[in-house]
Amino acid sequence: MSEPPAAQAQDVFLRLEKISKRYGGVTALDQVSCSIRKGEIHCLAGENGSGKSTLIKIISGVEHPDSGSIFFDGQTPRHLDSTESINRGVQVIYQDLSLFANLTVAENIALPRVLARKAIALRWSEIQRRAADALKRIRLEIDLQETVGNLSLAQQQLVAICRALSGDVKLLIMDEPTTALTRKEVDILFSVVLDLQRKSISILFVSHKLNELFEVAERFTILRDGKWVGTFEQRDLDARKLVTLMTGQEVASDAFWPGLKDREVLLEVRSLSKRNNFKDVSFQLHRGEILGLTGLLGSGRTELALALFGMNRPDSGEILIGGHPAQIHSVQEAVRLGISYVPENRIRQGLVIGQSIGSNIILAMIDRLLNRFRLIDSMQRKQVIQFWIRKLGIKVQDPGLPVETLSGGNQQRVVIARWLATNPKVLILDCPTVGIDVAAKRSVHQLIRELSQTGVGIILITDETGEALNNCERVLLMRSGRFIACLNSAEETEWTIQSRLEKP
Amino acid sequence: MKKLVSRSEFYLFLLILVLGAGFTAANPKFLSLQNILDLLKSYSFFGILSVGALVVLLSGGIDISFTAVAQVAEYVTVAVILQYGGNLFTAFLLSSSIGIVLGLINGLLIHFLQIPPIITTIATLNLYFGCLYVISTGNIIYRVPKFFEDLSGTMLPGGFPMVAVLWIGVVIGTWVILHQTVLGRSIYALGGNLIAAERVGFKVLYIRLFVYGFMGFLSGFGSVVHTALVQSAIPNSIVGHELDVLAAVVLGGANIFGGAGSLAGTFMGVALLAMLGNGLTLIGISSYWNDVVIGIVLLVGVTFSSLQRMYLAGRRAKVVVEEGAL
Amino acid sequence: MKEFFRTHRDLLGLIGVLCAAFLIMWGCNPTRFVTLNNLRSMAFQLPEIGILTLGMMVAMLHGGINLSIVGLANLTGITIALVLHAILPQGARGEAGSWLMLVAAAAGFFVSLLVGFLQGVLIGYAGVSAILATLGTMTLVNGVCVLITHGSTLSSFPDSILFLGNGSLGPVPVPLLLFLFCAAVLSIILRRTTFGFGLYMLGTNQEATKFAGINNRVILLRVYLLSSVLASIAGLVMMGRFNSVKADYGQSYLLITVLAAVLGGTSASGGYGKVLGAVLAVVMLQIIASGLNLLGVDPFFAIATWGAILLVVMALNHFLRARA
Repeated sequence: MSEPPAAQAQDVFLRLEKISKRYGGVTALDQVSCSIRKGEIHCLAGENGSGKSTLIKIISGVEHPDSGSIFFDGQTPRHLDSTESINRGVQVIYQDLSLFANLTVAENIALPRVLARKAIALRWSEIQRRAADALKRIRLEIDLQETVGNLSLAQQQLVAICRALSGDVKLLIMDEPTTALTRKEVDILFSVVLDLQRKSISILFVSHKLNELFEVAERFTILRDGKWVGTFEQRDLDARKLVTLMTGQEVASDAFWPGLKDREVLLEVRSLSKRNNFKDVSFQLHRGEILGLTGLLGSGRTELALALFGMNRPDSGEILIGGHPAQIHSVQEAVRLGISYVPENRIRQGLVIGQSIGSNIILAMIDRLLNRFRLIDSMQRKQVIQFWIRKLGIKVQDPGLPVETLSGGNQQRVVIARWLATNPKVLILDCPTVGIDVAAKRSVHQLIRELSQTGVGIILITDETGEALNNCERVLLMRSGRFIACLNSAEETEWTIQSRLEKP
Repeated sequence: MKKLVSRSEFYLFLLILVLGAGFTAANPKFLSLQNILDLLKSYSFFGILSVGALVVLLSGGIDISFTAVAQVAEYVTVAVILQYGGNLFTAFLLSSSIGIVLGLINGLLIHFLQIPPIITTIATLNLYFGCLYVISTGNIIYRVPKFFEDLSGTMLPGGFPMVAVLWIGVVIGTWVILHQTVLGRSIYALGGNLIAAERVGFKVLYIRLFVYGFMGFLSGFGSVVHTALVQSAIPNSIVGHELDVLAAVVLGGANIFGGAGSLAGTFMGVALLAMLGNGLTLIGISSYWNDVVIGIVLLVGVTFSSLQRMYLAGRRAKVVVEEGAL
Repeated sequence: MKEFFRTHRDLLGLIGVLCAAFLIMWGCNPTRFVTLNNLRSMAFQLPEIGILTLGMMVAMLHGGINLSIVGLANLTGITIALVLHAILPQGARGEAGSWLMLVAAAAGFFVSLLVGFLQGVLIGYAGVSAILATLGTMTLVNGVCVLITHGSTLSSFPDSILFLGNGSLGPVPVPLLLFLFCAAVLSIILRRTTFGFGLYMLGTNQEATKFAGINNRVILLRVYLLSSVLASIAGLVMMGRFNSVKADYGQSYLLITVLAAVLGGTSASGGYGKVLGAVLAVVMLQIIASGLNLLGVDPFFAIATWGAILLVVMALNHFLRARA
């Protein structure tokens, strides 16, 4: 389990020794040591907030450690900043891609190289040539003169990969690389990775999606709460053990939940279509049902949810609520009709980061807290906030603290509490457990189940087929803007669903 | 062609053509060589400042203080030369140096204190301008050395004014920097995505120092042209016009949040403002209408480009829908 | 008291600087600074910038800026003057019927609200960024002011208007009362109405409020209507104090109001800022200006000092945040 002495030998590219980093009063990394061998595929695993991203920032020179040392090929650079790290052969593909949307594909790929050469004058022919070479390397065809902002997300991701590979790379770090990629693109990515490995380039994956990592990674370094838990060979691990190591506790897998049996239709959608979004979509949602909706990114699942929430007007088709046709042209209208939506991006769309926990809870129902002068009643405000904090068991010292002081799971509860306070009939949850650690995930599932028992109809949009199978009786599969099947979850396995989602 | 139509410069160009044709039809004097040369001359200072403002906007920043920088550079230069003597060259050298120093102070404050550039430069505008007034005690210098007058009177063959040559020289020089150097592309990159620029290894500090220093340089450089044009040094003759310059750059299609904009657009933005002021007078409309018309053009312009952006964003395909039966 | 310190912890630094400025100015002018005369003259001078600062602050709370407030103040004054002069050709001096005053004032506020409405529509509905929309309306409004006055000064107004700028109730100047009234009402609007609550939230994260069913567009529209009303009130005060109106009065106030709002703790990127902070900042700027004036220092030295103080305060904030 501990670092084998052989790691000291020459085949180690990067060695970290007792790295510590504090932000204000919070310890992000505490005496973390690990090493990455040449030509190795290494996985850095850990839950959100375990210190993975801080460690990457330190390796890439964006942040400086408070203490500890870093060795590249046995040497410590005097001053490690991002340029120095790049010169040492470290390339990072960030989760947000870090591309320049206003520049061309060629410039995005080649500029960092030219920069590293400390050139003053720009030779456009050189930019062109370098970029074309880099694209050829991963057998990609994109117009070099196209502005990156006009590309699709998947194309942008490939440009980012291309940029990382265009230089003299010795260690490629990929931060959650597969989140926006379809299975097919993931396969291309992995074939590139294996190809790189043969050229003795090291690869460091950072991810919390475990199943796909197991396919390629050779060794795993696990972090928990900023501390090094251990480095393991793949053969010594299985998915269950990995989760236990990451969370520090034994996790029982979720049992299937049959749901409430009630045939009252809350929401019905009849052949809803919108150009370039979704086509001919029909389904029914019953009272107390948890309806699964799964599909890859870009399958139209979020666009459909937004159409129900009044943010994406459909071209044709009908939405019926409680049997009555409804025109949902605005979010306000949707809320009035009892439809609420928890967006996928909690930080940007779900929460008002910076404002207090309490304000975030009452955000959607503030107009119900007015006294007879039409002013906000502070007593009532306090009570409502307290009520929902207690009801959803949000762990909080003071509701006046900024909402970002909460953990991911508690943040998600705040968003859900906000909608429950409006007394909704239908709750649409878009990937509610993304970026939440395993233990918190289970408690969010528990909360969803309890909600459905009170009669709320829930549409659970999810990436993880396991999540859909365990919580929903019916699962809708979406691909390329259409429903391709409605499955009875008792008869399916994760594998059968996955293959149907990705087929053509 | 499709690319052309999506650019705001294209519409600006059309507007200039239509306005030009209209003004010329109403008063043929508008298109006379003399009128155009006069316009080039009188807008050369404004034009030089607009180039600097464009570069700052491209980098994702904004500078409000450049008028105060130009003001300080102008006054101090004239005062020093009157006291100790000097020539045109020392005037350019001195005022450009003053401009660079004040610009670098802006850049350092913005980078290290992480104050939003608009706030920083509003503060330094007041600081620089207030200090100038205290030093000058508000005295106007009416008699400037003769070489300033000579600069303003110098014409190339064909009557092309020298100060306009300086303006065009600044545009060309800046074009070379923006399009033929790594630094120039770094400025665009910084304006496009600051965090990515840091991660990929761009030296953000140096780029910022260059951008604000360059704005300061052009303010100082331009202030000599200004002195030549107005033949005096008045401590409050430039401050107060900072937003007019920004308006011209924005009219020229530069994105106020950085990363997009062009020298051609900025030149046309200045040209449009110059044409409106001059053309309205020539067709017999009182100059009192000036700002009203500019305000309307500005509002229509920014609204049009905002609606265009919203339309394009709404039309972008989100999902590739499978057509036909499954 | 303890509650006050808890909720206003962010203002403690500002209060400290304010007290220091007061003591320094008192120390430099031991006999002349704390006199009824000087305090009263300060109280007459500060409300114009004070009310304009409130108007700027409202726009900054949503992450925007309103470059047209000074123009709107002038436009209000000019409209009122033109209406009065049109009805009372002899110059509208002395007494004017109260209904006439109301008509004139209503006209002045109406044009200002019209501009505010236009701004709100452009920013809220057409998605134009605030700095550009208000830059355009500023140019337009200033142009209209020049156009309808031909750049001339209009003067001689009824006593009731002069009272707003120069009058006193007991020892207390009327403009100061107006300023405090505006501040109190604005404070209630921001802290206790759904609009105010929505504004802070929107200013912090516009996308999240959209997803929470808050009507962002209506909030933005109201922001610019409110900002216009405040600008108009400032216009009334200026009109009364100078007993004249002109298209280019107060142009130098514009950037000062941004400076004062930021000094008072309003965030330039939106979402944070308190009325009390803005009031304290304006008072501090006035203390510095008056104190230096008593010392016989050039008034522009005060402007330089304001710029320097803003930089120092922002720098202190930065280092304190970095230490925390």
